[in-house]
Amino acid sequence: MDGPDGPVLAGARSKQTGRYVFPVPDGPTEDEFEQVALSSKGSLWSYTVQRFPPKKPYIGATSLDQFEPYAIGYVELSGQLIVETRIDTDNFEGLRVGMPMEFTVIEFARNEAGEALHTFAYKPAGNS
Amino acid sequence: MSDVYIIGAGIHPFGRHEKTGLDQGVFAVREALRDCGLEWDNMQFAFGGSSDAGNADAMLPRLGLNGTQFINIKNGCATGGSSLLSGYWAIKSGEFDLGLVTGFDKHPRGAFNPKPGDWGLPDWYGETGMMLTTQFFAMKIQRYRERFDISEEVLGMVAEKAFRNGARTPHAWRREPIDLDTIMASPMVSDPLRKFMFCSPAEGGAALVVASEKKAKELGLTAVRIRGAAVRTRPEGSFEVFSPSLTIERGGSATELASAAAFEMAGLGPRDMDVLQLQDTESGAEIMHMAENGFCADGEQERLVRDGETSLEGRMPVNTDGGCLACGEPIGASGLRQVYENVQQVRGRAAGRQIGNARIGYSQVYGAPGLSAVCIVGA
Repeated sequence: MDGPDGPVLAGARSKQTGRYVFPVPDGPTEDEFEQVALSSKGSLWSYTVQRFPPKKPYIGATSLDQFEPYAIGYVELSGQLIVETRIDTDNFEGLRVGMPMEFTVIEFARNEAGEALHTFAYKPAGNS
Repeated sequence: MSDVYIIGAGIHPFGRHEKTGLDQGVFAVREALRDCGLEWDNMQFAFGGSSDAGNADAMLPRLGLNGTQFINIKNGCATGGSSLLSGYWAIKSGEFDLGLVTGFDKHPRGAFNPKPGDWGLPDWYGETGMMLTTQFFAMKIQRYRERFDISEEVLGMVAEKAFRNGARTPHAWRREPIDLDTIMASPMVSDPLRKFMFCSPAEGGAALVVASEKKAKELGLTAVRIRGAAVRTRPEGSFEVFSPSLTIERGGSATELASAAAFEMAGLGPRDMDVLQLQDTESGAEIMHMAENGFCADGEQERLVRDGETSLEGRMPVNTDGGCLACGEPIGASGLRQVYENVQQVRGRAAGRQIGNARIGYSQVYGAPGLSAVCIVGA
C-alpha cells in the first residue's frame, strides 16, 4: 500500500484485540481486521541465505547460470509484529541480529514476457 | 491400570532401498515379533502409520487376515510417537494385554516440496522463495547462536558425532565417519547450516510389541517399562516453519510442553536420564533441543559438545545411533527408531555403541507444523 513517503507493507490489526497480523486475512475472518501500514523501520530478528535454487512454487530464475543466492530473514517492527521478508543485500556476512532495517521493494523474478516482478523486502538501514 | 512394557523391538535399516515402504514396515514388524518369540496371531491390536508410503493396515494380508483390529495413525512427524502413545493407552486402560505399534515411510529425494495452499498460505509466499523448511531451521539456530554464543564449528561437531555413531550402528544409513574439516568445507545450504549438517528424507520401518506388566511376567521376557509418553502441539508464540509473521511476544515450544509432561508422568528429571535421542533434523536442532528438553541451560551446549559430553563416552550421550543425521528421516518411522534405540540401549543390546550402565532412555521427536512427542523408557 502507499504511505506518505512511498510504498509500505500492508498488515492488519484485530478490531477486537489490537493484535497485528500479516498477511492481511481474507475469507470469513477478514471483517474482524482493519488494514494498517506496517512500519518501514525495524530491526533484524534472524536471517539466513538461500544458497541453492528453490523448487516450484518459486518463480525466480533457478538455472545454475542465472540463480543468485538471496538473503531472507525476520524483521521486528516495534509495537507491531515480526515479519518474514526477503533481505535486500549482497553483504551476507554483514548481517547481524539486531541491526536496523528499512523497507524497500525488489525485483525478484521476470514473467514470460520478460517484465520485472516485484516484492516487498527490507534492507540494512543507511545503505542505498 | 497396568504399567506398560516394551517386550519386542524390530527395525528395518534406514536409508534408500528398492523395496516399498510397506515392505520395510512388514519387515520391522516381523523382527519385533521374532525379538519376543511371538506371532501376529498373539497380538490383540495394532496401531501403525506412514506419511508418504500408504496405509499401514495394508500390512494385514501379509501379516495374516485374522480379524485383529488395526488402526491407521497419521499425525505428521509425530506419527510414530502417536502410534506408541495409542498402544500405551490401550494397555494402560486395562482393555488389552498385548499389541503392536509400527511406523514406516519412503519419501522422494531432496527437500520436501510443499504447496502454499495446503498450509493456508498465499501463493506469493512460495513464489518469492520463502517457503523452504531449510530456511526455518537455519533462522531458528541463527538467532539462537547469536544470542547464546554457539559457534559454527560446534554445529559441525554435532554432525561429526552423528556420523561417528552411525558408523557403529547396523540400522543407520550413513555408515562412514566424516571428519570435521570435510563437514566445515561442505557447501553452505542455508547459513549457518552446511550440507552435512542436514538430514535427508529417507526410508525405513520400526515396530515395537507392547504388553501389560502381567503379560510380560507371564511370558518371562526382558521387558522395558514405558515411564512417560506425551505428544504436545505448539503453544501461542512458538516459532514454527512457514510463518510469514510472528508475534513480538515470544512463547515456549511444543517440545518444552511434551518434555515437562513426560517427566511428570515418570516422576523423573533430566538428571535421571542415561541416554538421549533428540530430534536432529539438522545440527542446530540437536543443540536447541538439548535445552528445550531440560538437559542444559541455553548456551551451555558450546562447552558440552566441545568437551565430548554428548558423545558415546560422555556424561549425556545424545543420538547414540547417529540420529536423523546418520539415519535419515522417514517421517512415520523416525520417532519409533529413537525408542527402538533406547530399548536396545537399556537391554544392553546396542553392540558397538552401547552406553555402559544405561538404565533409562529419553527420546524426543519434533516436526511440522509444531508438535513434539517424548518417550521415557527403562528401569
